[in-house]
Amino acid sequence: MSGERASFRRRQSLFRRVVLAVVLTFFTLPLLASLEFTLQGPGGTGHQLTTWTTLMDFGAIAKEYPDLKEGFLSSILLAIFTVIVMLILLVPTMTWVRLRLPGLTRTVEFLCLLPLTVPAIVLVVGLTPIYAWVNYLLGALTLWLGFAYVILVLPYAYRSIDTGLRAIDVKTLSEAARSLGAGWGTVMWRVVLPNLRTAVLSASFLSVALVLGEYTIASLFARKNLQVAMYLIGKSDAKISVAVGLASLGFAFVVLFGMSFVGTARKESR
Amino acid sequence: MSTHPTPRRALGGFRPSGALAGVIPFFAYTTVFLLIPTVVVVVGAFLDGAGRPTTANVAGLFEPAFTKALWQSIVLSAVTAVAGAAIGAVLAYAVSTGRPDGILKRFVTSLCGVLAQFGGVALAFAFMASFGGTGLLTVWLGTIGMAPSSPIWLYEWNKGLMLVYLYFQIPLMLIVFLPAVEGLRPQWREATATLGGTTWTYWSRVAAPILFPSFVGATLLLFTNAFSAYATAAALVSQASPLVPLQIASTFSSEVLLGRENIGKAMALAMVVIVAIVMAIYAWIDKRASRWMQR
Repeated sequence: MSGERASFRRRQSLFRRVVLAVVLTFFTLPLLASLEFTLQGPGGTGHQLTTWTTLMDFGAIAKEYPDLKEGFLSSILLAIFTVIVMLILLVPTMTWVRLRLPGLTRTVEFLCLLPLTVPAIVLVVGLTPIYAWVNYLLGALTLWLGFAYVILVLPYAYRSIDTGLRAIDVKTLSEAARSLGAGWGTVMWRVVLPNLRTAVLSASFLSVALVLGEYTIASLFARKNLQVAMYLIGKSDAKISVAVGLASLGFAFVVLFGMSFVGTARKESR
Repeated sequence: MSTHPTPRRALGGFRPSGALAGVIPFFAYTTVFLLIPTVVVVVGAFLDGAGRPTTANVAGLFEPAFTKALWQSIVLSAVTAVAGAAIGAVLAYAVSTGRPDGILKRFVTSLCGVLAQFGGVALAFAFMASFGGTGLLTVWLGTIGMAPSSPIWLYEWNKGLMLVYLYFQIPLMLIVFLPAVEGLRPQWREATATLGGTTWTYWSRVAAPILFPSFVGATLLLFTNAFSAYATAAALVSQASPLVPLQIASTFSSEVLLGRENIGKAMALAMVVIVAIVMAIYAWIDKRASRWMQR
């Protein structure tokens, strides 16, 4: 019996290695090939680091590729804006609904998951008149794209924060704080929020990664963010834009990989 | 004073206290940036340029230009959903046989998370660079004598686009399907073996029926994912609009026929209807699938 079991284990581990090798090859080939592309010398001969040294040199980027600088900066600002609005909108509302208005749970959940069934391109069509008003009232800034991005990140952020809220007993915590004389502001800021650290962190990271990768809405509203700049530069200088694409994928990977450790560290400590 | 009881009943059991004020910002925000846009699309699909009701926009959906794009969108989404689901499911099973907290699983899930959700333009560029004139994969294909006759294949919806879409569908399948295969208990396999079943018995009689609803649900999710995708297609295809999202985008930039200003909204409505139907089936299957999981 134990011999059979060992041979089963061996077969299973062989199967795992073969499948992973094949699929990971499929995943990495285009990435490796585009890395090689960014290293190619002029005319496709020889290899050099010029593309990456240019990319590292922010002064040169700002001078030679103003679009890229503009797009990069607006994407960073948009990421910060989206995260702040998303947190202000979701954390107090979801906590409040849990504490005082449990009857609204389904409604809030429905609204938060609704964007999954509304493709971004459809959202753009519907948002056109809204943005006509936003641009009229607040001025035509790229930053206001953040309002739409909050909607895009709602489902992901909702799930993260919901998981976090399920893991703690908000009711007891807030009642304890209230009975000790804390106001609602103190309850949110000093009791609920610290307990939701991991959930808030993962919701924020997901939002940042999504905003940095967003193209549809920005391009159709003719605004320059990182992806739109990448696309524009791709027409004239493919190497730089492929390099920027690789760097952004690499950054998103590091964020997600790091997050996978944050999540389990919490589970173990509980 | 005497009017108090009425609003209480009207609100269906909520106490009209300060509590409701706490959720006003959330509802106001989602109304402005999510509900009103949806209403704009739905209502706009039935209005002409002057705001009068018309069915011309919806009738326009039956013209060959759009039906062709719709058909191609559906075929592209269905093919990449089924192929992506099959390959992704095998990958998910392979990952689930490894250590649950191992570095391999973290690595693969993070990589898949990036490829599935944050690719867009970057993925399209990676493929263009790989298969371009001096691209590494073109060179390699050339050395083994399999060089494609023309570089245009990458930009055709039923060749290159399918390959690139598959490149983000397989990772999404892993993310969606991994929890389901991780729900398979090793005890079930042992129980099958104890009762004299072979590996084939286990897969055909135990594992497959349990996984089937999750598999179908995940495939539907992949379908809507491909159907809604815009960035990758927009970055790859610069001429013509072979897919529905590209058709909608083209109504933004091009001059639209007189009286047909809202044709884009009708297209968007058609898209929402298809996605909503698929998602409704998904929700129904997911409910059935979750009965078997987490026991």
